[in-house]
Amino acid sequence: ENTTNVSSCPQTLKNACFHPLSTALSLCPSENCLSLRKWGKNVTDSFFFFFTPSLLSMENKQNSASFMMMMLTVSFSPFFCFSTQKRAKGQFLFFKVCEHLNLMEKDYFGLTYKDTHDHKCWLDPTKEIKRQIRNSWQFSFNVKFYPPDPSLLTEDLTRYLLCLQLREDVACGRLPCSFVTHTLLGSYTLQAELGDYEVDQPKPLDYMSQLTFAPNQNKDMEEKILELHKSHRGMTPAQADAQFLENAKKLSMYGVDLHHAKDSEGVDITLGVCANGLLVYKDRLRINRFAWPKILKISYKRNNFYIKIRPGETEQFESTVGFKLQNHRSAKRLWKVCVENHSFFRLNAPEPPTKARFLTLGSKFRYSGRTQAQTRVASSLIDRPAPNFERTSSKRISRSLDGASFIFPQFIIYAFTCSFIHFYLFCAFVLFCCMSAFQSSLGVHGENIYVRHSNLMLEDHDKTQDEVLKHQASISQLKRSFMEAPPPSPPQPNQWEKRLTSSPTTTIRVQPSLFDPLFSAVSPVLVVPNDHFFCFCFCPPCVCCVRAHFIVELHVCVCVLYGCIQTAEVEIEETVVVQEVSKAPKPTVVTIEKVPHEPVVKVEEAMPVAEEDEPNKRESVSSESESEEEAEYHPNVHVSIAHSEIPEEKEEEEEEEEEVEVHVVEQIPNDTILPPVIEEAAPVEVQQQETHDAERPKEAEEKHTTEPENDESTDDPMLTPEEAPPPNGLPLAEEDSPDAGQEEPKVNGQPMTVETEHRPQVICCTEPPVVKTEMVTISDTFAAQKTEIATKEVPIVHTETKTITYEASQLDGNADGEPGVLMTAQTITSESLCTTTTTHITKTLKGGLSETRIEKRIVITGDCDIDHDEALAQAIKEAKEQHPDMSVTRVVVHKETELAEEEED
Amino acid sequence: MAGLLAKFGHYTHAVVRGIPSSLATEALRSSQSEVDLAKAHQEHAEYVEVLRTRLGLEVVELPADEALPDCVFVEDAAVVCGDTALITRPGAVSRRGETEAMKEALKKLDLNLVEMTDENATLDGGDVLFTGQEFFVGLSKRTNQRGAEILADAFKDYAVSTVPVTEGLHLKSFCSMGGPGLILIGASEHAQKALKTMQQMSNYRYDKLTVPDDLAANCIYMNVPGKGHVLLHTTGDQFPESFKVLEKLTDYTLIAVSGLEKMKVDGALTCCSILINKKTDI
Repeated sequence: ENTTNVSSCPQTLKNACFHPLSTALSLCPSENCLSLRKWGKNVTDSFFFFFTPSLLSMENKQNSASFMMMMLTVSFSPFFCFSTQKRAKGQFLFFKVCEHLNLMEKDYFGLTYKDTHDHKCWLDPTKEIKRQIRNSWQFSFNVKFYPPDPSLLTEDLTRYLLCLQLREDVACGRLPCSFVTHTLLGSYTLQAELGDYEVDQPKPLDYMSQLTFAPNQNKDMEEKILELHKSHRGMTPAQADAQFLENAKKLSMYGVDLHHAKDSEGVDITLGVCANGLLVYKDRLRINRFAWPKILKISYKRNNFYIKIRPGETEQFESTVGFKLQNHRSAKRLWKVCVENHSFFRLNAPEPPTKARFLTLGSKFRYSGRTQAQTRVASSLIDRPAPNFERTSSKRISRSLDGASFIFPQFIIYAFTCSFIHFYLFCAFVLFCCMSAFQSSLGVHGENIYVRHSNLMLEDHDKTQDEVLKHQASISQLKRSFMEAPPPSPPQPNQWEKRLTSSPTTTIRVQPSLFDPLFSAVSPVLVVPNDHFFCFCFCPPCVCCVRAHFIVELHVCVCVLYGCIQTAEVEIEETVVVQEVSKAPKPTVVTIEKVPHEPVVKVEEAMPVAEEDEPNKRESVSSESESEEEAEYHPNVHVSIAHSEIPEEKEEEEEEEEEVEVHVVEQIPNDTILPPVIEEAAPVEVQQQETHDAERPKEAEEKHTTEPENDESTDDPMLTPEEAPPPNGLPLAEEDSPDAGQEEPKVNGQPMTVETEHRPQVICCTEPPVVKTEMVTISDTFAAQKTEIATKEVPIVHTETKTITYEASQLDGNADGEPGVLMTAQTITSESLCTTTTTHITKTLKGGLSETRIEKRIVITGDCDIDHDEALAQAIKEAKEQHPDMSVTRVVVHKETELAEEEED
Repeated sequence: MAGLLAKFGHYTHAVVRGIPSSLATEALRSSQSEVDLAKAHQEHAEYVEVLRTRLGLEVVELPADEALPDCVFVEDAAVVCGDTALITRPGAVSRRGETEAMKEALKKLDLNLVEMTDENATLDGGDVLFTGQEFFVGLSKRTNQRGAEILADAFKDYAVSTVPVTEGLHLKSFCSMGGPGLILIGASEHAQKALKTMQQMSNYRYDKLTVPDDLAANCIYMNVPGKGHVLLHTTGDQFPESFKVLEKLTDYTLIAVSGLEKMKVDGALTCCSILINKKTDI
């Protein structure tokens, strides 16, 4: 269980910064995560926010770039957000993803990213993510090693994921197959996703054409697929997947990773790396093949890739075959893939990466995961009931038939750096997108949905105070623009967009056509921070799954928004939220928030400006040039010559980046300002353990644990002596790098690295200094004013949303800026026939006084003709009655009316 | 039903073609020899009879065309695998016309036709060895790289590897499949070399059975319901040594078919028919 209710773990809440959002967020102690909960229901599947304590403490540093947040959209569930330290390793992310997928046989999979040249690269689990990614924080979850016999996999889930990958491979033509095979595979896909063919299915061919089965799909093929689908009657999804794989695995290009190259004569060829060895293709013809046992050495130097071949029976000498690749990066990539494939499929245990030795060159890269042999043993030990998992779009396709794809594109992870507040804003927008997409998937016609904002950027490193102020200002602007009508013109493209041009999600406007098969799953909404745009992706299918709770989420969204915007200013003491959800075509949401003492806290602290500590910079090692980039790998298992070293390749650019990170860690101010959100009199101890010093012993520890293993295997006979004497004169910076410990190999299966096991007990968060700016919410005790959100102008959102906020004027209760310590938090949910009431009670300690705030949300689900005013009055009345000693400070009415009928032409 | 599911050696149909009188004099040949037309007719009739009665195939017999002296060697005009038929572009210009009738016949059998229209491509079916898992295409006088590429495009499911054919007319002039995973190969040096190439290129392991005579290595393997492994081979009279080797295949039904006359015009056993599996699993 990933989450626990707040009430069940009050202790851990001490770790959390308190926030108006606490209604929506609960904290899980074991996982260090905050997960958004639906009122009374766990929505971990839908929303999952992950924080490390370090993240929270980072907040203190006012350094908006000190951690990164990642978001993953997976076909199983729409969002998966978590945040981690900037220095997290690839493994961390990968494990998170696997954990989220509930995947145990994970060794066949990996994460990929696109490098600066738009080439797909595997994320190295042993290295920091940030050092590998150069441009785009976008990852995909992919099959890395295609099991030659998928029937040997232990779990159906693994097979299903493999199927997803293969469906994509087949549909995009990466895995070529004949017409007949396309139809057969397509029919198994249908059987797995839809179950038995239903005779009374209306016009099946209509939705067939919305599914992608093949690169050159036609009606003929679709008919054949349907015909075959009929014949699979009675087959379970797992059986259909198994059949799919049985056929797919026989395809000649199954599991072959292709790399373009030229042979020694400059002729264009393609090199294919697979389980059996290296294949050489010219156009579509196989012209040569080097089985792994035939290969003595794999190496690369500059853009050349070499394999040394074992002499044949009749030959006397070893021969070396060379290929030219486009550049040294491609050569290195190919080399890595070869090393990994060889290790995975041919070795019993991975070779230990060699230690960097004095005066060595080249990459010391080695495959670090489990080999196939090991993973098979491990999978045979899996002892758990078959995990339940939901197939991609089954529900959606059979119900709404609004187009779907059974392939992989949902597996996209986005990651970027941002600050805490941005994290919330981000979540808000994700939710907003979610709803919009949901609505559009209901068949509502619309043109665009976009949210324009002018703040929120996520990439701002080391903000000066001015910038932060600007930020704050624009946050309210953001809110306003969010609430107001959509912008008349789409926002201009900018840096972010440019960056994402290669991705399908670049589209700024969400057009109805986008809800088409392939990328229906991916709809962008943007947040525009300081002229940056950011696109979010999410997948409606899953949104559809949470349909029943949609309104609630809408509320969360708005609430989150408000929360974010007002975090620094407003403390909501008691909130009563009344939501009215109509199950009739016109749902209405009424949200009332009551805030008794609304202490708008003006924080005027000087923000510690985080600046890089230049003098501390280590000497950057950049003397390597490309010409020195080379590495060797001796794949032969049987060569039993004691090895000395394997040349190690310097990765130039990484060195400089590293110092920056180190200094970021060192930049922790001692007198951190606490966020006004937390009201508390007692001085809060900032337990800042994120200092550089604190980290050192950790690394040392880690080193200790890994070292013995290395030593053990030093005599491993798999390595042959280094052949080329390393060019001289390269001072090895690796050794004195503060990071050296982290460069140590990770033993596969080793639990989360440093980043995750953190320990601050009290976490205090600081919001950026607040500038009071115009707010959409009208703060007027008596003359409550209406702010109507002209959602009508957002055609795709087929609802009319009204938000009315009433606020008490007795603000400014205590502008001391002293945050409080959260004592307890509790969420109580009660449900009656048509109302759902969630009461969230939090107690904070403040100046020796315990303060309790109660936030109530009442969602009324009923017909449209419910008297809203009456409902509102009733809610307020009830709230007053229940808590006579408290005052209502804020009431937010959120009313949502579906406009579908009115707009029908 | 589908190509990948088809079991190796299962066939339901055979396409053959009559012998034109022009064969005796005009058919292409690598060595000077006199063909006894009457004997050739008789041999061919026997051959067709074996396919029809002993192997239970539905034989589609195309009429001979006098203008196409080599038309009896239908194998070169098309490559059929699973439900897909590739109509080739034979390497010999005089034989290009043979594909017309073949195309019509295969169309009637409801196969997915792919035509080789590229004018730079040539391919003779005799150069195509299908092992059940993959294709080997001999690059010979009659078949070029482009032809092999088009074949690879037509049969996307399978790996297509090229094998240089230095001697002999076709790849299958010295080899054929003797069963699932079993390659029959001639003893000649170039045949053995070609086999090595094939073994190196393949992800699969093949057994080999070497017969002393290259021409005897061209057999027709079938898996016949009720009969099991069946191998059509040249007669023991013609290649006694090779026959002794083939006799080692104990669990096989060996059927000797005389091909003496056809062999004079470089016709091997496989050349005279196209075997098709139209049986569906559904």
